[in-house]
Parts: sequence; structure tokens; C-alpha cells
Amino acid sequence: MEFFKIRRDIPFMRHALVLNIVSLITFILAVFFLVTRGLHLSVEFTGGTVMEVAYSQPAQLEQVRDVVSKLGYADVQVQNFGTSRDVIIRLPVQKGVTSGQQSEQVIQALKAASPDVELRRTEFVGPQVGQELATDGLKALAFVVVGIMIYLAFRFEWKFAVAGIIANLHDVVIILGFFAFFQWEFSLAVLAAVLAVLGYSVNESVVIFDRIREAFRRYRKMSTVQIIDHAITSTISRTIITHASTQTMVLSMLLFGGETLHNFALALTIGICFGIYSSVFVAAAIAMWLGVKREDLVKGGGRKDHDPADPNAGAVV
Amino acid sequence: MNRYPLWKYAIILVALLVAVLYTLPNLFGEAPAVQVSAAKVTTKVDAGTQARVEEVLKAAGVASDQVTFDGNSVRARFANTDTQLKAKDAIEHALIPDASDPGYIVALNLVSRSPAWLTALHAKPMYLGLDLRGGVHFMLEVDMRAAITKRLDSLASDIRVALREKDVRHGGISREGNSIEIRARDAATLEAARNVISDRLPELQVAESTSGDSRLIATFKPEALKKVQDQAIKQNITTLHNRVNELGVAEPVIQQQGADRVVVQLPGVQDTAKAKDILGRTATLEMRLVDESAEGHAAESGTGPVPFGDEKFLLRDGRPVIVKRDVIISGDALTDAQPGFDQQTQQPKVDLTVDAKGGRIMRDVSRENLKKRMAIVLFEKGKGEALTAPVIQGELGNRFQISGSMTVTEANDLALLLRAGSLAAPMEIIEERTIGPSLGADNIAKGFNSVTWGFLAIVAFMCIYYMMFGVFSSLALGFNLLLLVAILSMLQATLTLPGMAAMALALGMAIDSNVLINERIREELRGGASPQAAIHSGYDRAWATILDSNVTTLIAGLALLAFGSGPIRGFAVVHVIGILTSMFSAVFFSRGLVNLWYGRQKRLKSVSIGTVWKPDGTGSELANSGGAN
Repeated sequence: MEFFKIRRDIPFMRHALVLNIVSLITFILAVFFLVTRGLHLSVEFTGGTVMEVAYSQPAQLEQVRDVVSKLGYADVQVQNFGTSRDVIIRLPVQKGVTSGQQSEQVIQALKAASPDVELRRTEFVGPQVGQELATDGLKALAFVVVGIMIYLAFRFEWKFAVAGIIANLHDVVIILGFFAFFQWEFSLAVLAAVLAVLGYSVNESVVIFDRIREAFRRYRKMSTVQIIDHAITSTISRTIITHASTQTMVLSMLLFGGETLHNFALALTIGICFGIYSSVFVAAAIAMWLGVKREDLVKGGGRKDHDPADPNAGAVV
Repeated sequence: MNRYPLWKYAIILVALLVAVLYTLPNLFGEAPAVQVSAAKVTTKVDAGTQARVEEVLKAAGVASDQVTFDGNSVRARFANTDTQLKAKDAIEHALIPDASDPGYIVALNLVSRSPAWLTALHAKPMYLGLDLRGGVHFMLEVDMRAAITKRLDSLASDIRVALREKDVRHGGISREGNSIEIRARDAATLEAARNVISDRLPELQVAESTSGDSRLIATFKPEALKKVQDQAIKQNITTLHNRVNELGVAEPVIQQQGADRVVVQLPGVQDTAKAKDILGRTATLEMRLVDESAEGHAAESGTGPVPFGDEKFLLRDGRPVIVKRDVIISGDALTDAQPGFDQQTQQPKVDLTVDAKGGRIMRDVSRENLKKRMAIVLFEKGKGEALTAPVIQGELGNRFQISGSMTVTEANDLALLLRAGSLAAPMEIIEERTIGPSLGADNIAKGFNSVTWGFLAIVAFMCIYYMMFGVFSSLALGFNLLLLVAILSMLQATLTLPGMAAMALALGMAIDSNVLINERIREELRGGASPQAAIHSGYDRAWATILDSNVTTLIAGLALLAFGSGPIRGFAVVHVIGILTSMFSAVFFSRGLVNLWYGRQKRLKSVSIGTVWKPDGTGSELANSGGAN
């Protein structure tokens, strides 16, 4: 079987400008939503208590909300979680009341209202921990960005490093933008997914850069744009197949992983889709705008280009 | 050119064998068990305990599959939960004669059903995190400021006593924040005070006040400060250990995290309220005189009633001791207790340090009660227990020692108990997680299903699209999973739900390498290379790309590992190991399979790698195509 019967290099770079403008608009929109709506941070970051309770019958959310607000909690969120029988309750941090008292109080009150309730999980995070997690998350992000840039600059060239990292930060911002727009809960697991995506989609750019370097060595007469088109075309089948197989796994998590892994899988899905797009169109295009040349990648290759005695001179037309 | 030397096959074979061996324990599942461990520092669980448990089970007529001793605890495995409960009752009856003072913890637990020879190889199943097995997780923060001020308060009174002893007339000593201020009328006194302090209290550094008036500011030396903090957290951890023991948890985890935090994990515990109650309990230590009157002795030997104004406590070895109700000093005054050796007799001893006020009281009391006994009583939950009741041998000061008929271990244990009786500093719960057992089981099923279905879908696709090479890739992917599980089992790293997600993701990403290789080989074939050459250069050329892409992913993984905590860490560990195993399985192992299959055939005409589509060189076809079709 072969899905990709491509006869000629596809002129990807011809549309680079249009696509980059599209990217820019998406990026700006993502930033806009991040700023205006903000992320719906989970309790791990903000501090507070989360309780997951299960009823034997479909739960009456109104009743649960009533019971909890009668205890004097303002700003309580009560939602279904996965099934109609499972309910998740989020309580903000309250001064003077310890976490234990909070969850005890709530579960007692719920038990009084309907005895068939079962406490499945509670989670309490103090405000100081949340603050730390946020800073640690940012540190991790910085570490990944700097680490990958140094590696790419070392293995390839600074222009590729810059192009690769811009392309992938663009992915990250867009994932965050999705989470801000839909107000999906941003938890630690999602943060892990975002960072994993960063490492994973740089992968993609690396494969293409690798091909660009190889093509620069092999086809001495091609222009930079042609080289990039060739590199992308020759890796496109691999790009799509590997992303599809990774997405298969992620899809399986989305389907079978339940509520806990849902947002994690969602972040990966967006990351993978935009990963393809950004490494094909954004990373290579930025490298092109930055003006990658044969001399950058092939030592001494540039001079040979003008050598009339070059045995390869006539090989490519 | 596509042949591996024998040693490479040997490596593959050995890796395969080890992977299978260490994955095996995960397949046997778990059996109900009863675990016996020590509840007190003074009770020891050893091979003797194992023999006793076996005896008890035989006497009770309960059949056990296996009784093992693992260095800390004795575990007896049973066929079902009915016999498990019966056995627990029987063992509890035999080992704990007094339920109010248990020497052992007899807890229900689950142990791997894997055969003994696997356990002997240290092949254990993966260690499941709380979100997969259910339980309670607490993170507590020690209030270090309180620990430091407590210590400074006692140092301030030490300074007071020291200055009085040396006849230095100070104008007041007080603790201000994190320092002690000593006021004096003139510079000469100030100098004298400074000498006394630096002579007697080496952990303090003294500086003259910068504001001009005659004041000394004493603060902790940095290393002394660190020591105070270290000791505070160590003492709190020991105390927590003692308390958790009471909950009867099979495998509690109590760990220091960072400078001032303690993580407590109690698998299987559902009653958070009780757990919190016990962890946050306050204990007090009291030193009291033993009633040495005739009535007292009569009550002690059991021939008379406890005299009025006295109380009866049990020593740790079970002997009773009759103690007066009057408290000499309480545990607040005790600042340190360290085990050591008596310089003259070379016997083990415990050195006690009490604060200055306590020292004065001790001196008076000891002078009046020479050759009498003094009991140290620990109160917890309103129940007292006499830790020791030594005879007062001389006049005591603020530093004194307990020595005589003690072994080294007993001295160590006593010092620990004296120190750990109370918390060094208050603790606050800053993170708490409870996971119900049904949720844990659900999470395992969810993680397992995600991995299985994803894996099967990828395998199906690879086999159809790349034919024989797809089969090789799938085998390599399976080997990768095996290797990942084996390494996680070997390291006994904690597997959590995010960890299972990382496992699924690792497989999804690992196939990337094989797709790269297979696509390269197709490309070489398309370019007209012979099958053998195509395989060779396909693997060769793909390798550089695979290495590059894995390194970038690894950078992200390491960042998560370095900065992540909790669920992120669980994800990162599996993620990083998954990347490493994928490089081995996808390149080295799959190449081995290909070499074994095709490498021997000298005149290989074709390889089964699915359609190798070649664009026809004719111009007309070139004109009407251009994209994928």
C-alpha cells in the first residue's frame, strides 16, 4: 500500500507567505484569548479543594449545589464528571478552615441530603504549592526552549534553531489559546502534555531540517526554495504516517482514558495537528526568511558551486 | 552487509530474556496477605517472628501459601480474603496480648502472586501510585520559623543563666524576631557578655548593635541554623513514623521533600479524618519522681493498691512503675537527647539537655532525691507510658545523662523516643489527596485499555501498510513495551495514571523511528537500489535523524523530570525511559530481526515492505499528476 504517490516536489514554499499570515493571525487570536479570557487553571495551581463524589442514581446537581452553598461557601463549582452519577465539586481556599474540615463538612452535608453518596477522591492544594507549581512549570518551559535551541544550533545552525523554536512555541501558544477559548481545565497533566508536545514537534522540524541539509549536499544546483520543497515532499509521507500513529494512541486515550486523561489527550491532539502544520510550513518558512544558505550547512560547498570542473555540475538540470 | 555478528544477537537475546523475566511478576496479579511489622522502635521483627507467625497459622488451622520475611516485615499470603481475615484475627490474637499497647502492626495487604523464584531474583511487579491503588496522600510543611524561635527562646534563657553564673550584670535579655538582644550598661560588661556567650554557646554569633547603644545581637551561625532546621524536620518525621504505625498501614511512605516538607502516603487508608487526627496529634513528655515509699514498692510488686497521689505506668518492657503525680519538668524543657558512650565505663548512655529553667529545677530536685528513681513518661492520646525510670546518681544540671544496663540499640531507641515524643515544630497540611479504591481500579482499567487499543491499532496499520517490515516494526514495538515495563519494575518507580499515559505516548512516538526507517528503505528501493543495499542504507541514513529527534524529545522529558512534581514526575519518568528503550528496540532490535530474516539471502530479489511505488518516467503522466493520489 502507498498513500503518497508524489511525482514532483510540491511547491510548499510558494504559499509560504499566505500560510505564515494565517499562522500569525491564529497566533494573535490565541494570545488575545489568553489575555482576555485567561486559562481555567485547575486546583493544583490555584489552591483549593476538589472533591469527586459518586451517587448510585444520576446526581441532582441543583441539590448538591444547594447543600454546599448552605455551608457558607461562595464561588463553588459543581459539575458532572464523566457520567451523570459522578459529580465534581470545587471549593476555593478558605482562611481559618483546614482542608480536612472542608471536605468532611461537605461530605457530611451531602450524606445527610442523600445517603447513597460515596466519596471517590478529594484533593486539597495549599496556595503556596500552587504558586510553586506555576513557577516550576515556567522554569521547565524555559529549560526546554533553551535546551532545544542549543542542541539545534549545535547540530545544524542558529537559523534553524530560531526557526524550530519559533514554530514550536507557536504550537504551544495555540494549544494554550484553545484551552483559554473553550475554558477547558488546565491541569498539571495538561502542562506535561504541552511540554511533551514541544519536544515532540521539534522532532518533526528536525527531520525536515535533516533532509534540507542532505539535499543541500546532494543537489548542488537547486535553489534554497527548491531544496526546502524537495525536503518537505520527500518526508511528507513519513510525517503524516508517524503523526497518524501517535494520534492513534492519543485517540485511544481520548476514548478509553476517562475524564482524568481527557484534557491531557486533548492537548496532545491539538499539539500533534498543529505540529504537522508548523513544522512543514512555519519552521521551514522561517528558516527560508532568515536566509539559510548552502554555505551555512555544507562546509566549503558554496565555493565548489562555481567550480566549472565540478563533476556534478551537469547532473541536475 | 546485513548481518549481525553473534554478540549482537546475544545482546538482543539477553535483553529479551531479562525483559520477559522482569515483566513476568506483573502478570501474576496480587493475592491477599497479612503483613506483620513492628509498631514500636523497641520491638524487632526478624526470622523468629516469621517462625511464630507460621506456628500461629498452623495452630489456628489457616492454610497459608507462603510466609516470607523481607527485612522489615513478615508477610503471609493467602488464597482468598476469607482466610486472610481469619489469619489476621489469629495473628493479632497471638502477637498482641494487650490491644491498647500493640507491639506489632498486623495489617491487611496485597502481595504479588508471583512464584518465589521470581521474588528471589528481585523481580517485583511495578509499584503502583496512589491514584491506581487508592489511599491518602498528604504533604505537610514544617513551620521552620516556629522551630527556630522555640530554640532561640531556650537559648535566651541559657544566656541568662550563663551570665548570672559568671557574674555579668546585663540589662535585660530578650528575643527579637530571629535574634536575641542582650542589653548592658557599659562597654566592659558588653565585652564580658560577648566572651561568655561565644565561650558557652558556640552555635551563636554575636555582633554589637549598629544603632550605637550598648546592645549585643546574637544570631544563629548559618551552620547552626541549618542544623536546627535539619533536626526539626528529622524529629517530625520520626514522630510521624510512630504515629502512622498506629494506623496499621501496610506500606506507608514518609519522606522528606525539600528543606521543610514531608510527604506522607498511606496506601489503602480511606478514613482521612482519622489519619489526619493521628498525624496532627500532640504528645507530651513529663519527668516525674517514682514513689519509693513502702506503699509505692508494694503497689509496684502488685501486692498493694496504688497509693493516693500516685499513678501506675507500664515501662516498655512491661514492668509497672508507681510514679508521683507532681511533674518535675515537662517535655518543652527538653531540648536534646543524644545517644553516646560513657567515657569511664564505656557503657552506652543517653545525654539529655534541658533548658536553663529546667536545669535549675533538675538541680534542686536531684539534690533532694539522690539514689531515688525518676521516670520519664510519654503521654499520647491521654495514655501515658513510662519510657525509662533511671536512678538519680548525683546532682544534675541542665545537661545530664541516663546510663547503665542498656544496649547500644536501646540507647539509640530511647534517645529517639525522647526526641520524637513531640513535634519539633508545628506542621500544616498543604496538599492532600484521597483516592477511593474503586477509582484506583477504574484508573488502572482506563490506562490499560488506552495502551492496549492504541497498540493494537498501530500494529494493524503497520502490518497492512509495510507488510513484513510492518511485522518487524510491530515486534519491535512490542519489545519496547516489554522493556519499558521491565525497567519500571526493576527500578520500582511509581507508576501513576499520567505514567500510563506516558507509556501510551511513548509507544506512539516510538513507532516514529520505524516509520522513518521503512520510508527510507522504500525510498532507496524507489531510487533503484538492490534490496540488501536499500535495507543497509535505509537503516544507516535514518539513524542520524532518529538520534536527533529523540534527543530533542529527551530534552523536554528531562525538563519535566527536573522541574516537575507529583503527577508530572510520574509522567516524566516513564516518558524518559520510554525514549531510551525506543532507541534500542526500534533501531537495534528491529535491525536484528530484519538481518535474521533477509540478511542471509545472498541473492535477495525483493523485500516485503508494501508497495514501492515508482513514478513512471513518461512525460504525459508527469503532466497530469503532481500531488498525492
